[in-house]
Amino acid sequence: MKTLHPSGIVIALAWLVLSFLALPAFAVIPVSFTDTRYLALPEEHWSLQHWRAFLSNQDWIDSIGQSLWIAVVSTVLSVVAGTLCAIGCWRLSSRLSEKVRTLMVLPMAVPTIVYALGIYRLYVELDLVGTALGVILAHAVTGLPFVVLTVSASLSNLDPRLEQAARGLGASVRQTLRYVIVPNILPGVLSGAIFAFIHSWDELIVVLFIGGRALFTLPRRMWDGINDNLDPVIAVVATAMILFTLLVLTAELSLRAKRAP
Amino acid sequence: MRRTAVLSRAKDINRVYWLILLPALLMLVVLYFVPLGNVLMTSVTDPKPGLGNYGLLFTSAAVQKTLITTVRIAAITTAFALLLGYAVAYAMRAATSQRQRVMLFCVLLPFWISVLVRSFAWLTILGPQGPLNAALMGLGLTDEPLALSRNETGVLIAMVHVMLPYAILTLYANMRGIDAGLVSAARSLGASRFQAFRMVFLPATRPGLIGAGSLVFILSLGFYVTPAILGGGRVLMVAQYTALQINETMRWGLGTMLAATLMIAVLGTLWALSRVIDVKRLFGT
Repeated sequence: MKTLHPSGIVIALAWLVLSFLALPAFAVIPVSFTDTRYLALPEEHWSLQHWRAFLSNQDWIDSIGQSLWIAVVSTVLSVVAGTLCAIGCWRLSSRLSEKVRTLMVLPMAVPTIVYALGIYRLYVELDLVGTALGVILAHAVTGLPFVVLTVSASLSNLDPRLEQAARGLGASVRQTLRYVIVPNILPGVLSGAIFAFIHSWDELIVVLFIGGRALFTLPRRMWDGINDNLDPVIAVVATAMILFTLLVLTAELSLRAKRAP
Repeated sequence: MRRTAVLSRAKDINRVYWLILLPALLMLVVLYFVPLGNVLMTSVTDPKPGLGNYGLLFTSAAVQKTLITTVRIAAITTAFALLLGYAVAYAMRAATSQRQRVMLFCVLLPFWISVLVRSFAWLTILGPQGPLNAALMGLGLTDEPLALSRNETGVLIAMVHVMLPYAILTLYANMRGIDAGLVSAARSLGASRFQAFRMVFLPATRPGLIGAGSLVFILSLGFYVTPAILGGGRVLMVAQYTALQINETMRWGLGTMLAATLMIAVLGTLWALSRVIDVKRLFGT
C-alpha cells in the first residue's frame, strides 16, 4: 500500500543528498592510487607506490597493532560490564535502576573534549598518562553506552517470565544468565561489541590528551600526518580504514537482520 | 511463613542483580563522573577560587568570538541537516522496502566511517588539486580552483555530512510511526497533494524535527576534529579553542571553564528537550 507521494523534486533531492553522503568514502579510494606526490586523482596511471610506502613503514604497522589490541581489550571490558548492567537494569526495572541506565548513556551526549580534559587531569594524578592501561580504561568507559543500548534493545524483546520460569525451576542466577538470558540476547551483545570496538578503534580526542609520548594509535598517527605533511599515504590509510569499516558494517547489518526478523 | 521466605528470597535475588549492575556503575563513576567533576571544580578554582573564569564569557573578545563562531556554525549545520535530511527521510518513508534498504545503506555507510577519516576525505575532495576542483575546471565552470577548504565553507560541508545521518535516522524513526492512511484520508476529503503534506504529514513530524534539530545542534556545538582539519586554523570552534588553552598556553582555568560551559549548554538543552519529547527514544534504536 503506497499512500505517500513525494514529488519528483523531493525524490531527486533525496538521491542527490544520498550520493553526497556516499561520495567521500568512494572519492578517497582512487586518490590512494595516485601517481602524484600530492592528494589528487591519478594523472597518468594508477600506482601502488603509496600503498607500498604505507606497508613498508613500521610506524604505521605499529600503530595498527596498538590500536587493535587497545580496541580488543577495552571492548571486552565494555561488553562484560555493559551487558551485566543492562541485564540488571532490565530485571530490576525499578525507578532507581532506570536512573542508572540513563546515567550509562550520558557519555554519548557530553562532548568528548570535556571528558578529555577531565580524564587527563585524573591520569596525571594516577600517573596513567601515556599508558595503554589508561587508554583502555577510558575507551572501556566511553564504550559502555553502546553496549548498554544494544543489549537493552535486545532485552526489551525478551519475556521477563522466561527468567522467572528458569528461577522457578531451580536455576541459580548464574545458571539463568548463562543458559537462558545471554543466549537469547547474543545478537544484541555482539552488536554492542562491534559498536564498542569501532568506538575505540576510531577514538582520537581522548588519545590526543592522554596518549603521552608513547601511544600512537592509528587515528593519532593519522591526525599527526594530516597536520604535519599531508601526503597520499594518508589516503591509503583512510582507504584501508574505510574498507575495514565496510566489512564490520556488513557484519553488523546481518546481525541486525537476525535480531529483528 | 512461606510468604516471607519467598519475599526474602526475592530480595536476595534483587541484591544479586544490583551486584551485577555494580561494575559498570563503578567504572562510570570513577572514570567518568569524577573527571567531569574535576573539570567543573578546576573551572572555579584555577588560578584562584571564584567565578573569575566565567567572567571571561562576558569580557574577553576572543572567547566571545569563538562562542559566536561555534553557535553560528552549529546553527547553519542544523538548518542544512534538517532540510536535506527531511527530504531523504520523507523519500525513504515513501519508498518500497527494497529501495529503502539501499537508501538506509547510503545513510549508514558514512555514519560508520570515523569523523577523522571523513574530514580527511573532504579535505582531499575539496582541496585545490582535489577531484572536485579538477572536475569543475575540466567542465570549464571555473578557471582556477575554488577555495572550498581551509575556511568556513569547508567546515560546513563536512559538518553537514557528519550530521545528516543523525538527522535522517531521527526523522525517519518519527515518520515511520505516522499512519500514512491519514494522508490518504486528507486526499480523499479533497486536499491537494501539497495541502495533505502541509496540513497532515508535516505537523505530525514536529517531534521528529524538534528531536533531530536539537540532537544535531548539541552534537555540532562540541565538534573538534572537523573544524580543526577543514578550517585550516582559521575557524576556531569552542572545542578546539579549549584544547589550545591547554596544549599551547596551559591556561587550565580558561580551558575548563569553556569545557564546563559547553557541557552545561549541551546537557541543559537535553534536559529542556526531555520535557518536550521522549529523549531516550532519540538515543535508543
